[in-house]
Amino acid sequence: MADVMIVGEIIEGKLSASTTEILGAARKLAGDLGQNVCAVLLGSGIGDAANEAISFGADKVYTIENEMFADYTNDAYVGALEKLNAEAAPEIILMGQTSNGMDLAPRLAFRLGSAATLDCIDLTIDPDTKLMQKTKPVYGGNAVAVYVSEAKPQIATVRSKTMDPLAQDTSRSGEVVAFDPGLDSSAMRQKVVDKVKEEVEGIKLEDADVVVCGGRGVGSAEAFEELRELAKQLNGALGASRPPCDSGWVPNNIQIGLTGKMVAPTVYIGIALSGSSQHQAGMSGSKNIIAINKDAEANIFGISHYGVVGDYKKVIPAFAEKCKELLSG
Amino acid sequence: MNMIVCVKQVVDPETPAASFKIDPEAKRALVSKDKPMVISPFDENAVEAALKVKDAAGEGKVMILSMGGESAKDVIKHSLAMGGDEGYQMTDPAFDDVDSYATAANLAEAIKKIGEYDIIFCGRQDADWDAGQVGTGIAEILGIPSVTAVKKAEVQDGKAVVERVLADGYETIEVTLPALFTVSNEIGEPRYATLKGIMAAAKKQVTNWSSSDVTAAQARSQMLKIYIPVHEGECEIIEGETAEEAGTNLALKLREAKLI
Repeated sequence: MADVMIVGEIIEGKLSASTTEILGAARKLAGDLGQNVCAVLLGSGIGDAANEAISFGADKVYTIENEMFADYTNDAYVGALEKLNAEAAPEIILMGQTSNGMDLAPRLAFRLGSAATLDCIDLTIDPDTKLMQKTKPVYGGNAVAVYVSEAKPQIATVRSKTMDPLAQDTSRSGEVVAFDPGLDSSAMRQKVVDKVKEEVEGIKLEDADVVVCGGRGVGSAEAFEELRELAKQLNGALGASRPPCDSGWVPNNIQIGLTGKMVAPTVYIGIALSGSSQHQAGMSGSKNIIAINKDAEANIFGISHYGVVGDYKKVIPAFAEKCKELLSG
Repeated sequence: MNMIVCVKQVVDPETPAASFKIDPEAKRALVSKDKPMVISPFDENAVEAALKVKDAAGEGKVMILSMGGESAKDVIKHSLAMGGDEGYQMTDPAFDDVDSYATAANLAEAIKKIGEYDIIFCGRQDADWDAGQVGTGIAEILGIPSVTAVKKAEVQDGKAVVERVLADGYETIEVTLPALFTVSNEIGEPRYATLKGIMAAAKKQVTNWSSSDVTAAQARSQMLKIYIPVHEGECEIIEGETAEEAGTNLALKLREAKLI
């Protein structure tokens, strides 16, 4: 029987949050198709992550364990999944819209003679054709399109925080199978020679409940310090739209948007930013959106729940002061 | 050092959401008559990346390739004005409205026709369909290695050494040549075309190809529909006598809503 397959990612020994979300999505699709869910984990030292995948919904886990997969390269990963596809013949392959997923999906699809759709926000099975309908934002989020492909396996990457994981159930049972793709490591044309972590101080942007995000109108690196203070005070994280990153006021790794980080906090405060569709693609899933901008016509107000039309340089100090008072009271 | 850069002409991504419209028949964005189409921003970064490698090597040829309508010539000329050396344009109804696979396959065919190359640069994703597949897809079809989201590319001892952007930092990868790299804004601001560059570009040759020169590939996926999502709900504007008072009132409002 064909399966819905997911390619998981492991971060410090545990499944990434997006992997658990994709398992949840795969479970639904497999239910509609009357199929099983299998997960593939590649790396060195996979350990308990295979059981974790079962507890989040996998019926079967293929582990591909070798030094060759310790670092992601598409030569090794596409090669291994090509071999596994020949054996497992999945109907669908899902992975995260992550650095690795977005690199892997198109190459794997074209290698297997099929097609991929990246950055999907909804996946459903057409009851008549049994094909997967893949919904993704296009035109920087200004529009949404639905794609379908008859070529198998149908491949998609999934935007983080758009699908719900199952509740973890450690009593679920499943099968773990070690798979050896038999690749020749000397044939790999890419070699990762160094990895540099650029740690952001404080809470991780993707995990924060409160995100304070500044835009072009903030004006300088110094002015961003005030926003950083506010973020700290609210126990949140600092983000930025693209212009402040391009201007070097803040590092690129706090960019929120289509080509930056995707966030969906409880509270998002957008300060002196217009809310371009590219930026909205990275934050429109936030539960409560608050905008402060002196331009009442700014796009960001169109998706906000609360807004202040005014100069942030005057609004923010008073806002921060009052928050401090309320939080200490 | 021969380099090929793939560039695409798109509806200006800076178009405000309020004036963005879909043509339901054509299933794509309406092109506004008073707003010219532009080079897809990450493709402009890709041109910059190639010019940086050429500058560092002190020699080389940067070839610009674009598949699109007649007006795609504008983005080729723009790239030539930045410092590109030669232009190649693919225009044919058979190349229109194809999926990512066919786009990659058509471009790969054209690249084979161009001939010798060491590096191909592409934008990380196009600003219209946001597909993010064509660069890597070209590499797969040509059977050469690829690295996506490259923020720095150098050539050393016949190999490329590139830095790839990751969620929490970056990694350095050694890659054999020829290879394909996709880039985005992290590579640095594209250079402005100088007046001299614009004048030189006018004289540079652009080779035109149709589907009789480059065989058009078949699409593997179809778009079923496209629509503009509606945002529900109204924004509650928090007022105040002064901007400061509005700030204070916002804090009170958020407390009332139990958000802080």
